[in-house]
Amino acid sequence: MNKTWLIIQREYSTRVKNKRFLLVTFLMPLLMIGLIFGSAYLSSTGTEQRKIAVIDPNGFIQSSLKNTNQIEFAFPKEVDTNNYSQKGFTDILILPKFDKTNKSDYILRSKKSMGLMLQNSISNNINAAIEDEMLKEAGIRQNTLDSIHKASQFAELKAYEDKGKESKESNAGLAMGIGYASGFLIYITLFIYGTMVMRGVMEEKTNRIAEVIISSVKPFELMLGKVIGIGAVGLTQFVLWIVLITSLTSIGMGLLPADIQHQVTTLQQHNGQMGGAGMAQASESAMRIYNMQHTIATANWPLILSCFVFYFLGGYLFYAALFAAVGSVVNEDPQDAQSLVFPITMPIIFSYIITNMVTQNPNTPLAFWASIIPLSSPMVMMARIAYGVPSAVSYWELGLSMFLLIAGFLFTTWLSGKIYRTGILMYGKKVNWKTMIKWAFNKQF
Amino acid sequence: MEPLLSLQQLQKYYATQKAVDNISFDIQKGSIFGLLGPNGAGKTTLLRMITGIFYPDQGQIMLEGAPFNPTEDIQKIGYMPEERGMYKKMKIGEQALYLAQLKGLSKADAMERIKYWFKKLEMESWWNKKVEDLSKGMSQKLQFVITVLHEPKLIILDEPFSGLDPLNANLIKDEIYGLAKKGATIIFSTHRMEQVEEICDHIVLVNLGKKILDGTVKDIKQQFKEDLFTVQTPQANSIQDTDSFKVVNKEATELVLKINEGFTSNQVLAQLIKDNINIVGYNELLPSLNDIFIRLVEGTHASTRAFQNL
Repeated sequence: MNKTWLIIQREYSTRVKNKRFLLVTFLMPLLMIGLIFGSAYLSSTGTEQRKIAVIDPNGFIQSSLKNTNQIEFAFPKEVDTNNYSQKGFTDILILPKFDKTNKSDYILRSKKSMGLMLQNSISNNINAAIEDEMLKEAGIRQNTLDSIHKASQFAELKAYEDKGKESKESNAGLAMGIGYASGFLIYITLFIYGTMVMRGVMEEKTNRIAEVIISSVKPFELMLGKVIGIGAVGLTQFVLWIVLITSLTSIGMGLLPADIQHQVTTLQQHNGQMGGAGMAQASESAMRIYNMQHTIATANWPLILSCFVFYFLGGYLFYAALFAAVGSVVNEDPQDAQSLVFPITMPIIFSYIITNMVTQNPNTPLAFWASIIPLSSPMVMMARIAYGVPSAVSYWELGLSMFLLIAGFLFTTWLSGKIYRTGILMYGKKVNWKTMIKWAFNKQF
Repeated sequence: MEPLLSLQQLQKYYATQKAVDNISFDIQKGSIFGLLGPNGAGKTTLLRMITGIFYPDQGQIMLEGAPFNPTEDIQKIGYMPEERGMYKKMKIGEQALYLAQLKGLSKADAMERIKYWFKKLEMESWWNKKVEDLSKGMSQKLQFVITVLHEPKLIILDEPFSGLDPLNANLIKDEIYGLAKKGATIIFSTHRMEQVEEICDHIVLVNLGKKILDGTVKDIKQQFKEDLFTVQTPQANSIQDTDSFKVVNKEATELVLKINEGFTSNQVLAQLIKDNINIVGYNELLPSLNDIFIRLVEGTHASTRAFQNL
């Protein structure tokens, strides 16, 4: 055990002291923050402008087609499908004469096709106008209609989870985000650190240092030391990332103007509500920051973080041992590794695909089974946990999944240990999975 | 005297063949022992069993009179494999320290001994270099130091001189003698027969997984001698076959004679003197280990075994 500890230390310190590790660790959060802000910036400014000529024989639709920052509507005469682009319009919208009984085509012609979101918003606007028109025909006056429209904008869905007697605010969007992010992080790290283990084993084998070390320690100790050492590197990286991101955000908060900071604090004290004048004073940005903080606070962070660490480590240990086994049977040629590693990477990729589905529907049978089976549970269970325990995932499911993951990595470690001890000293023989399985279950060398 | 290491009917099978087939021999404490054999003879398998990497299927290994226990006895062994390697990117000092600690030395002990050996073999300036900066011979030297650092009782060296220049080879050779004198036992595995003749006290030759020769270098040479003598004389040309000997090889000033059965070397010498031959030198010609090796191994299809089928 003492020797395994030495091996862990070496694996850990040579990697953490490496310049590349420091570079990745410190640049990654900056890159991620840059990516988030960059894409937010692009989506707010970089949209295309459209100028739409509308041909409307009805007249009543004009009032509901309001200009936005993306679309400008115009109702010119003498524009048709042949000349709209010459007259400076990007699209032409041709509405038929409205007829209550027949459904007819509303035609949009463009030189450049229009995005689905825009199309939907235009057809919603037209439908609303038609609805209003029909209501008016049914005898409702314009001012009654207006006041109803105004009054009916009140509803804003606030979802709560019932937990026994108390209920807790929940947020599906946040859950989806957390599930997606943690699934993605586990996916990426399984690949990065799994490959790191494989390459480390291959290096030891092709350098022939494995034989020197194995005359001092058991092959299993060497494999375990490598797997644990690299896992510790991964964990260190996560901890540094969390520290960096939280400190960067608090620095960012500190840079906000004092009055906004003050307003946010007041909002927090009043639980998001401020009587009359106070509410007006709270600027839009303060309100937005408050809402963001409020939403983030609805998640059960201690549970999510501890589950994340568990599933990261569990998933890593489950797959890293297999990567080590593959590394041990590969000879000089890295291309051998590629074909041998395929059966290991396939389930990882599948789990990631399942995770993407589960982030939207956490309670399908697929989600259940994928979060129980250790092959996919590290990613899929994280996506479900984000929706809350025990509301989306019951305690027994979580317990079973954790138990099976532990059993699973013990099994893969045992299996890989048997393959490894034969493979690491074997040169010049091309090995396939069939042979590896034979080694695992046959007598030892 | 009780042998340091004793192999008793050792067997190891791979799927299709016996890699080691019932091999027994003893190695005396403080001796330099040569383990010889062609490629694929089972030497590496044998050494891996002695170093505890493989378990024998049958038979027993006794170390200092007790059954070999890999987990503990591994500290008493220093193994320098033929295909030696190092972490290329690791600093040499750190690497030596790491490998010494894996052998069970404390950090302080390891440090002290590394310094001693680095000084002795003039490697002090290497400490912060990386292995990738070393030549093959230099890394060989480093490997040797790492092997003997923990003062093992049994040192196993697989082709220790390959890649070393004569100067460094002599340096290492002297260290090997020194270690043996201090009581360490050395197993020396090689194909280079002239080195074996020079260094080893006792040898074992294995082929096709079986032991085919076991004894001291002197005894084995006697065993395989063919009653050949060299005669140095300026009159080499005038010597012809007689009843007592046959001329095997003739050069201007030297010839090789084979003494016929029933005659002694003195009788041959007397005959030559009687014939008025001016003899400058007269020596028994013993076969080299190389000749013996080739004679025993040739024609056994040994090389086909090099491809293990597992």
